[in-house]
Amino acid sequence: MTISREDIEKVAVLARIRLDEEQIPALENDLGNILSLVDQLSAADTNNVEPLAHPLDAVQRLRADEVTETNQREAFQAIAPATESGLYLVPRVIE
Amino acid sequence: MHNKSVAELSRELESGKISSVELTREFLDRIKAEDRQYNSFITVTEDQALADAKTADEQRAAGKASVWTGVPFAHKDIFCTNGVATTCGSKMLANFVPPYDATVTANFRAAGAVCLGKTNMDEFAMGSSNESSFFGAVTNPWGLGNGEKRVPGGSSGGSAAAIAARLVPAATATDTGGSIRQPAALCGVTGLKPTYGRVSRYGMIAFASSLDQGGTMARTAEDNALMLNVMAGFDPKDSTCVDRAVPDYTATLNEPLKGLRIGLPKEYFSDQLSPAMEQQVRNAVKEYEKLGATVKEVSLPHAKLAIAAYYVIAPAEASANLSRFDGVRYGYRCDNPKDLNDLYTRTRAEGFGGEVKRRILVGTYALSAGYFDAYYLKAQKVRRLIQQDFVNAFNEVDVLMSPVTPSPAFVQGEKTSDPVTMYLEDVFTIAVNLAGVPAMSVPAGFVDGLPVGLQIIGNYFEEARLLNAAHQYQQVTDWHQKLPQ
Amino acid sequence: MQWDIVIGLEIHVQLATKTKIFSGSSTAFGAEPNTQASAVDLAMPGTLPVPNEQAFRYAVMFGLAVNAEIGRRSVFDRKNYFYPDLPKGYQTTQLDHPIVGPGFVDIDLEDGSSKRVRIHHAHLEEDAGKSLHEDFDGMTGIDLNRAGTPLIEIVTEPDMNSAEEAVAFAKKLHSLVSSIGICDGDMSQGSLRFDVNISLKPKGSDELGTRTETKNLNSFRFMEQAIAHEVERQMDILEDGGRIIQETRLYNGDRDESRSMRSKEEANDYRYFPCPDLLPVVIDDAFIESARDLLPELPDERKARFKEQYGLNDYDARLLSDDARIAAFFEEAVGQGKDAKLAANWVLGEFSARLNAEDKTVVQAPITGSQLGQLVARIADNTVSSSGAKKVFEALWNGDADNADAIIEAQGLKQVSDTGALEQMVDEVLAGMPDQVAQYQEEADPKKQKKMLGGFMGPLMKASKGQGNPKLFNEILVRKLGG
Repeated sequence: MTISREDIEKVAVLARIRLDEEQIPALENDLGNILSLVDQLSAADTNNVEPLAHPLDAVQRLRADEVTETNQREAFQAIAPATESGLYLVPRVIE
Repeated sequence: MHNKSVAELSRELESGKISSVELTREFLDRIKAEDRQYNSFITVTEDQALADAKTADEQRAAGKASVWTGVPFAHKDIFCTNGVATTCGSKMLANFVPPYDATVTANFRAAGAVCLGKTNMDEFAMGSSNESSFFGAVTNPWGLGNGEKRVPGGSSGGSAAAIAARLVPAATATDTGGSIRQPAALCGVTGLKPTYGRVSRYGMIAFASSLDQGGTMARTAEDNALMLNVMAGFDPKDSTCVDRAVPDYTATLNEPLKGLRIGLPKEYFSDQLSPAMEQQVRNAVKEYEKLGATVKEVSLPHAKLAIAAYYVIAPAEASANLSRFDGVRYGYRCDNPKDLNDLYTRTRAEGFGGEVKRRILVGTYALSAGYFDAYYLKAQKVRRLIQQDFVNAFNEVDVLMSPVTPSPAFVQGEKTSDPVTMYLEDVFTIAVNLAGVPAMSVPAGFVDGLPVGLQIIGNYFEEARLLNAAHQYQQVTDWHQKLPQ
Repeated sequence: MQWDIVIGLEIHVQLATKTKIFSGSSTAFGAEPNTQASAVDLAMPGTLPVPNEQAFRYAVMFGLAVNAEIGRRSVFDRKNYFYPDLPKGYQTTQLDHPIVGPGFVDIDLEDGSSKRVRIHHAHLEEDAGKSLHEDFDGMTGIDLNRAGTPLIEIVTEPDMNSAEEAVAFAKKLHSLVSSIGICDGDMSQGSLRFDVNISLKPKGSDELGTRTETKNLNSFRFMEQAIAHEVERQMDILEDGGRIIQETRLYNGDRDESRSMRSKEEANDYRYFPCPDLLPVVIDDAFIESARDLLPELPDERKARFKEQYGLNDYDARLLSDDARIAAFFEEAVGQGKDAKLAANWVLGEFSARLNAEDKTVVQAPITGSQLGQLVARIADNTVSSSGAKKVFEALWNGDADNADAIIEAQGLKQVSDTGALEQMVDEVLAGMPDQVAQYQEEADPKKQKKMLGGFMGPLMKASKGQGNPKLFNEILVRKLGG
């Protein structure tokens, strides 16, 4: 299995990771090797096999609709990169 | 004192021979003097530890002590600790001081244990050598005597190295594909990955949610049991945590092993395993036969597909789990972002290391349009086949035994150039995570002066049986007591 | 060329739970920014979601109210994309196994016909936070109080063929979710938000055209305008021989303009996969039955009961039953008297007109149903004339007094219905108008006679200072003149 430069650039955009030009050849090689490893899967006969998302066959517990959280804005925003008037700041978002 | 186990230290404290403050001071001094050569700690919380030790001494004087009151230990730096930096081995979280505790952290706090600091790890628990940490590689105490800088294994390499070097008697760890068992094996300590859902994941920074499990690491099986007594149990804050009674894991340590049915999965005694390693593992199995166990060969026919399935499922889950690191609410943020996209792409390019980025990209690819069925869905189907193998095996035997790793600790830098070579380190450990069953690594001999681990795998929620088997073995062997030179 | 319009809707409904879908943070509206954003809502490292039972109960109530199948095993998925108001970098939603399966809603149209709109499914998901674009030195501020508020997204089949039908459906849905109590219905706060999918096809053709999606319409008026605008835009393109591009559009109601958001979604690939932090939610019979027990009377059931119990016509019954609060007001009014038809006329007439004029909702009205009911009772028993009643209504509305009787008394609006006194007045008036009496009696045509009666009413009302019961005056006049 090989992965193209275009594929790598596309997934880097989806994953919001900036790649420099010189990183791409090594990634083509490494990701290609990983995908070759993964391609062993295609040999497995999985007809009539249900996918397994969790090892335990458990069902979801639901929580009562009661307020349990208190305002901790000060503590949370003390570790934030940029805030003002209680808001988290990011570069201007253009809709 | 630093050569004593948790159980022994607890008795020393109870007898009044030593105070927690003295004990804590002794371990802190050792960390200060020796950790330069191992780099096993990212953060040492000296002042907090001494304050907690003082409180513990007061509690003990007031007659309100439990086993753990005043006993020093450390947390893998993946467990959030209120007011103490929690980095996950990453530049992304180098400045992150959570205002909350992980459930595991809170449990140890409530038990009165004294946390000395946070141990080093592969970045976001992605690695098998502890070389991907932003805070530098960890060096295995074994081999240093010969001037060799070997890896401690990963991702819980800091915890394993610190215990091996007698810098702490016990440390928490996590295991997504072998991250407790492999470093425990390479450092000659005892580690346990519990059943998926046995220990709360709340506040344990996620790598791959359906595989991650917090667990224990110490020198002896008995100490692992004492740790699990604190860690295991239902947590309403984790939807995947199981509401099931927790036994006293120390209560059954001394059960005789007569009649224990051991299965040896033939796929785990393959040509990937060096003959010297195989010999050590077979010797350990012979000890069990002497203790009254019976041994037969079993098969895990889909085990060979475990690595392939794992390297789809784990990166896929990680690619989403790590999206929250975006430079907006906490953690690293790039300098002077010129727009929103620049904020995201540069923060994540600069904040994550190479292995983390590789896995995010692989996971993103596996989930992207057109590939989902071929990769993710296929991997989940194979996961069921692998789980079924274990269910079938446990219809025949009580525990499975195998090597933990194909070879002993390797030299730093040896496998960093090729990710896939590194991934093969976990060839014997990964299937266990996919199935969700519990497993241990127990010191079982040496090859070329380096520790070898025996893997003992149990059926769901049979941690007590594993600990019993490991403890009985440690009554007749002393591999776990050996000290690195 | 003639075109058929094809419309499908996607509606986001905020559920009126006390807490968020995956955390115990309050969902109360109007708090200071980020004071209702917990570690889970902020996607702090290591935090995990635990779903809110009430959100599932409300979703099941909705499913039952639209005659839908309930998803016995629903699964949460992650929808991956980066946006500052989405802290985890993915939205937790339900893709393949939603909580509510196929169902339907019947809508009534202006021409008296009704139409069935099929629901494709409805799923549970979490709302995002808000971006505030006021200027913070060129930065955008993010408030995550709303992040994690439970939503159901309702997706219809493309069963509507005009703006009227779409708006009728939207209103019906609004009334439904409000009346069963799962949503506060406050559209100005974004409690319901509509996305409209529109396509055109040549009249009678079976083949659907390419559709566009117009997002985030939060009033019925904007929805109607946006549909009209988009239909016209597509028609212009098609009639010029152009092709419609499948895209998302944003409608600006203030300017009646729309623009493409294509650039934004071009690179999107949401990479859905089952959320590994959550397990499948299994809904059993007991849960469904307990949800059913919580359902109040539904608008369709209420309409049928109004027709049956109060003898109302279809039109009045529908207008009074759609909104639970108007229905309750009406029934309170009826409780004070016996004449349901008269009460219906007053609620739908004078009362509704006044609400509209003052842009008030029924709960904001200064009078209660029983106050109006009391007035209706006084009309029915002839205590007050209909013109007098309007004065009483006005005084009640203005808060001059708190009951109709007091106003009737104070303003002297009581009709004189004492036949003895009325007969005397008639005698006196007729005595003063001998010529007109003679004319009347000589007239052979009963129709003309009837018309001539009006000539006596003016002086009679004047004599009674406007308080004589006109109906009784009329009876007495006919009798006396005929004799």
